[in-house]
Amino acid sequence: MSETPLLEVRELSKSFGGVQAVNRISFDLHKGDLLGIIGPNGSGKTTTVNLISGFVKASSGKVLFKGRDITSMAPYKIVRLGIARTFQMVKPFYQLPAYKNMIIPLYSPRVKALAGGKYGDRNAVALDLLEEVGFERDNQVAYKVASVLPQGYLKRLELAKAISLQPDIMILDELFSGLSLAEVASIVPIIEKLLSEGKTIIMIEHRLKELFRIANRVIVLNFGEKIADGAAKDVMESEAVKEAYLGSEE
Amino acid sequence: MNKRKERIDRGIKVRSEDIFALSSWREMLYLAAPRLIPVAAFIVLPLLLGPYWQRVLLSVAVFALLAISWDILAQTGMVSLGQALFFGMGAYCSAILNHYFGLSPFLTIPVAAVLGGVICTLLLMPVLRLRGVYFTMVTLIIPLMLERVIEATKIFGGTEGISGLAVLPSKWLELYILMAALTAALFGFRRMMTSDYGLVLTGIKDNDRSVMNAGINIYWFKIQALFIAGSVGAFAGAMMTHVYRFVGMPVFALDYSILPIAAVMVGGPGSFAGAVLGAFILVPLSEALRALGGLRIVFYGVFLVIFVVGLPEGIFHFISRKYSQFERWAEVDK
Amino acid sequence: MLLGTIIYAVINSVILILMSIGFNLTFGISGISNFAYGALYILAAFVTWMLIQLVGLPYLASALISILFTAFIGALMYRFILMRVRGQVLSEVIATFGIGLAILEFFRYLGFVGVEYALPVFIDESFMIGDVYVDAQRILIVAAGIVLVILLWLFVHYTSTGLAFRGIAQDERTALTFGMDSDRIATLSVSLGAGLAAIAATVIIPLGTISVSQGYDVLINALAVSIIGGLGSTGGVIVASLVVGFAQRFTDTYIGSHWTMIVSLVAILLVLVIKPSGLYGKQKELEERI
Repeated sequence: MSETPLLEVRELSKSFGGVQAVNRISFDLHKGDLLGIIGPNGSGKTTTVNLISGFVKASSGKVLFKGRDITSMAPYKIVRLGIARTFQMVKPFYQLPAYKNMIIPLYSPRVKALAGGKYGDRNAVALDLLEEVGFERDNQVAYKVASVLPQGYLKRLELAKAISLQPDIMILDELFSGLSLAEVASIVPIIEKLLSEGKTIIMIEHRLKELFRIANRVIVLNFGEKIADGAAKDVMESEAVKEAYLGSEE
Repeated sequence: MNKRKERIDRGIKVRSEDIFALSSWREMLYLAAPRLIPVAAFIVLPLLLGPYWQRVLLSVAVFALLAISWDILAQTGMVSLGQALFFGMGAYCSAILNHYFGLSPFLTIPVAAVLGGVICTLLLMPVLRLRGVYFTMVTLIIPLMLERVIEATKIFGGTEGISGLAVLPSKWLELYILMAALTAALFGFRRMMTSDYGLVLTGIKDNDRSVMNAGINIYWFKIQALFIAGSVGAFAGAMMTHVYRFVGMPVFALDYSILPIAAVMVGGPGSFAGAVLGAFILVPLSEALRALGGLRIVFYGVFLVIFVVGLPEGIFHFISRKYSQFERWAEVDK
Repeated sequence: MLLGTIIYAVINSVILILMSIGFNLTFGISGISNFAYGALYILAAFVTWMLIQLVGLPYLASALISILFTAFIGALMYRFILMRVRGQVLSEVIATFGIGLAILEFFRYLGFVGVEYALPVFIDESFMIGDVYVDAQRILIVAAGIVLVILLWLFVHYTSTGLAFRGIAQDERTALTFGMDSDRIATLSVSLGAGLAAIAATVIIPLGTISVSQGYDVLINALAVSIIGGLGSTGGVIVASLVVGFAQRFTDTYIGSHWTMIVSLVAILLVLVIKPSGLYGKQKELEERI
């Protein structure tokens, strides 16, 4: 683990009108972590991700990436700095084939900069990336129009789009939701490979069993507040977490 | 026995895919015809028509350019009700450059096209961050207001406008410059929209959040699309100033905003070819219906509604579908 | 002169409020920008005129029928045309625009132009406020405007339909889960907007003659006020109308009547530069639309 945290979240808060969606959340993320964010529905997980990735403006608090304040930056700038996220509701460009969907992230200035100013053949890169996330090349799945692809492939497409930006931090919002056990089992190795390549990952999940196998650290949110932070095993034993998920006896 | 309609590619389309197109003249002709016919028409029509219909052809070209300009914006997700803004801005810019600075039309037209595009982009930039309907409203209002402002303050000639402007050396030059511009615009922008750059633009229309999430500054791209579309419209305006040798308030009139939209709706949005086709249909039609006077605009309005609600794909897509596919009733197999 | 200017500025502002409130309401409730608004305004005026001149009904009855008729046309517009393209902003705009165009130009074609196309004033008298002449019709306009705004406020805050409107305006998805019929509400919103346009026409048109170009002017004014005040906000419409109304009137008195349109244009441009979503605009910028 390196000394300076890659991502520092300090007292991040957001209220929508009267609703306090996120209340003074703080945590650090170190390079190589796989951080799980869990919590009951409505606990502010997606809002926290929206705050970090710039899609929602924070009411107060700070987010620092590699020491730099990104709290009120526009989303596209944050992506260019190196944080990529996926969306819970995957919405590809339905009338385009899967590989054409990849063209747009590959058109991003970040990709061009990382490639040394050259554009290269985006179609080829797209096909390669899709193969890495499990689009079988011999079945030419990557050429199929997005509207005919099942959810498992669409989720992988979303993942591939994030990977193509070569980010330092990847935030995956409920990647496993809507997938069968087999599909999840086939995606987990991809994530482990990303970790071994030096990426840092945050995963919001409801599928706790699968998450705990790969996450080295877990944060639990409830009603917008962080109620637990630690190794997966310890967090599961915590009384506060049990109460949040299962309710108390009163 | 239940039947369903099924659409199958025509034999000739399949036979002309990829390298097999080279196998015979018929296949090559099938592919080439849709591209050659318009180009041939653009070259040949000016020669075939008499002076009156040549004037109409000029009008067709202008409205086709305005329609293409509208389509560029529409494909990026911006609905403009004010093509007249681009047209009028280009018209006045070139008139001013000619009248007050004495520049020749060969200079004023290109400069006015770019300048007009820049000014319009600057005017509309602030609303690009907001919901699309703001853009629509502002594009509707600004030309109408400019019309009234010119009338009230009498600048640039006021209600009388500026007349006696320079003209291009020959009528043939006017016509062929416009035809060339139209051809370039039609094929050039089709190329642009199918390229990766165009994919980003249509992506902005489809799902702007996703494009932003890819690290792309969508506002910068919208600005670019706006500038391109604005310059095309301004070019049309600048050309017409030197054809009619006059500019006045009417260049901001609603007509220049509405007819392009009707043309695109009739011809079919999203393909530029539809825009041009629509212009070729509607402009001569409106000339022929001149006798009906104000009733024409009523027809435009009704046309707009019918096509937008009933045949949103437009005539061009309908034809192109028929060109490459045929339909038949097939049995629904169990 | 100052008093006169202020009085007429207030009147001007109320006129703007009356002209804009229907358009703004329709948008605020169902997100539909009704570009046929100006046409409906003129339609109401002509219907009233025809009922008075051709059928011989008394003014009040004609006005009432006209208002209901226009509201009905609004409902028809939604049911038969807009409903098919609901959600596609491009098609909605073009469809309403086409309808408005067809209506307005149809009246122009019929030749309904001229001094005889006018609606009578309610009371043909003038009053003196201070040392300024104000005719009864204008006072009626102000009264009507104030009454209308109050009634609308009560409606939206205290009746179940009104509350349903606010619910849908705030969050359509959630409102739908409460069993509100989105199409029915949208029909009502277009209808209500049309009716308000008709009411505005009834009180304002008597000031002059019915002219087709006024139809376009009404649409421009409604759009301008909505842009400046913020689409969907009634408070914004009121404030924006006051601002523009006063600015126009003072410009007219102290600078020159030709410059009043420029005032509106400048106001719009200023708003666009400083706060594009309008003074009271609740338009979330792109980033917040998650």
